[in-house]
Amino acid sequence: MTLLSAPIEYVPTGRLRISAMSRLVRRHPLVLIGGGLLLLLVILALAAPLYAGDPMNMDPYKRLQPPSAEMWFGTDNLGRDVFARTIFGARISLMVGLISAACATLAGLLIGVVAGYVRSFDNVIMRLMDALMSIPTILLAIALIALTGPGIGILIVAITIPQLPSITRLVRSVVLGVRERPYVEAALCGGARLPKVLWRHILPSTIPSLMVQSAIVCADAILTEAGLSFLGVGVPPEIPSWGNMIASSRLYLAVAPMTIFAPGICLAVTVLAVNLLGDGLRDLFDPRGKRRR
Amino acid sequence: MNGPLLKVEKLTKHYPLGSGTFKKSVPLIRAVEDVSFSVEAGETLCIVGESGCGKSTVARLLMRLVEPTGGRVLIDGTDVAGLKKDALHAWRRRMQMVFQDPYSSLNPRLTAGQIITEPVENFERLSRKQRQALAADLLRKVGMSPEMMQRLPSELSGGQRQRLGIARALSLNPSLIIADEAVSALDVSVQAQILNLLLDLQQQMGLAFVFISHDLGVVEHIGHRVAVMYLGRIVELAPCEALFANPVHPYTEALIAAAPVPDPTRVRLEAPVEGEVPSPINPPSGCAFHPRCPLAVERCGIEVPPLVPMADGRVVACHVRAPATGIPRQPDVGSFSLTPLA
Repeated sequence: MTLLSAPIEYVPTGRLRISAMSRLVRRHPLVLIGGGLLLLLVILALAAPLYAGDPMNMDPYKRLQPPSAEMWFGTDNLGRDVFARTIFGARISLMVGLISAACATLAGLLIGVVAGYVRSFDNVIMRLMDALMSIPTILLAIALIALTGPGIGILIVAITIPQLPSITRLVRSVVLGVRERPYVEAALCGGARLPKVLWRHILPSTIPSLMVQSAIVCADAILTEAGLSFLGVGVPPEIPSWGNMIASSRLYLAVAPMTIFAPGICLAVTVLAVNLLGDGLRDLFDPRGKRRR
Repeated sequence: MNGPLLKVEKLTKHYPLGSGTFKKSVPLIRAVEDVSFSVEAGETLCIVGESGCGKSTVARLLMRLVEPTGGRVLIDGTDVAGLKKDALHAWRRRMQMVFQDPYSSLNPRLTAGQIITEPVENFERLSRKQRQALAADLLRKVGMSPEMMQRLPSELSGGQRQRLGIARALSLNPSLIIADEAVSALDVSVQAQILNLLLDLQQQMGLAFVFISHDLGVVEHIGHRVAVMYLGRIVELAPCEALFANPVHPYTEALIAAAPVPDPTRVRLEAPVEGEVPSPINPPSGCAFHPRCPLAVERCGIEVPPLVPMADGRVVACHVRAPATGIPRQPDVGSFSLTPLA
């Protein structure tokens, strides 16, 4: 019984968590690689005006130039700096991708929790999601944009809506599984009110799979934006975006390969970074892999 | 305070099978049928029975995790079913539950300290210091070291987890704890520790228990009174010693005879009851036990036997052993008899 009478020492949990976090990051290099790559891309995109040239400046005499010290990636068919356009294109691609993924995740989480917890809404919501899922992503986005005309705002909406079903279904399935758990019942017995039960006992269980799904959605959104821009229904053509650049340079692939490789490689790297981050975060949030001490 | 702490009157729960949108009538599972009992302060009432007899449903009905189809649950004379949201919230402080499975009844993402202080934080705001003091206090009460409060459930043993479950139930200072198979998932040695802990807590805090179990050995050890359930109904409710010394209902007798006794020299009696528990979807007419009962007479298949009070304070529902008409009497010897267990 000496254990019981021992003085209690409280370890400050905040510091403990930080050190545990740093160890976890070391144990899960995926988070570091994916997150670092993504962070680098975001910083490069945000700081674009500081170091990259004017992406809109045309110089017909310097069309389709190979890479040089002045123009790192050469120039495109209108004599614009491909490097500057790639960097400024990252702003559009990342912004549209991240905002669409965030919107889809938040809305899908909300709808999914309602569908999973409130039985009477479940059928209606899920049939609606089935209907959404039956329409191809690009087609639905094109239809939405055709209804209102082009613009970044509507582009984000058009990319978000087709992504809702996957998040909603995922969240609903997790909530359905967790709501019957004895610890949820125990929380209700202890007098916890519904919002608290949802917030503290049900939502955290959705996070690991939600992280992975959000990353997939984010990668998908970036690709969809590029696809829509490539098809000419996304970002207006004068604004540099990876999809626009690939679309406008596809005819000059043999003459100036950098015009299409630069945005293409950036697209691939971005999508890879997002997916790596998603996988790493799933491992991080899994309580079975958690070590506190 | 007058009257019993908990009074249950004609509690009934039917589960419809299927949604019944396109069917006129859906079959019902009669999980709990017409169950009445009461629990005094500081008393342990055990509910025993085979799997599927409605024991756990009774516990869930008491905690209002499911809504009853009929009947009333009274705490200190107040009908729980009539309580509105806020009153129900306040009432939860009186009655707490310890769950069967110590693995799934604790949120794997919260620390031990968070788990056991959560109920209190549903009612009042605690400062960080108060919370830690409370957690340490509760952990000590259930015989654990306060240092455990930073642990996650996955870092604790089964016995420690069940102690956490008990600490959580104690945190609101309830008058009544419902323990649904609270020791069934544990090793025998750990079972004994947890049972002794419950008995100690009962003495210290004057707790009343509704202890649900299928383990007669455990029930004999801690029960004051025992209710035997069969297919959703109570068939016998008796003081613990009287029940084990002299079971009246043939089902009780069979249940006690079937329980293993740790004595190799004792010859096991063949269980006098054969067959399976019938489905609660389509229970037998009359006394639900009559198809398996060696004493069954014609009347048993027609009429549901009422619970008849006997001379020693027990109630029994059996047409043969406890006929509703006439004077309560001692059980007579039927077509089979068993020597009472020592």
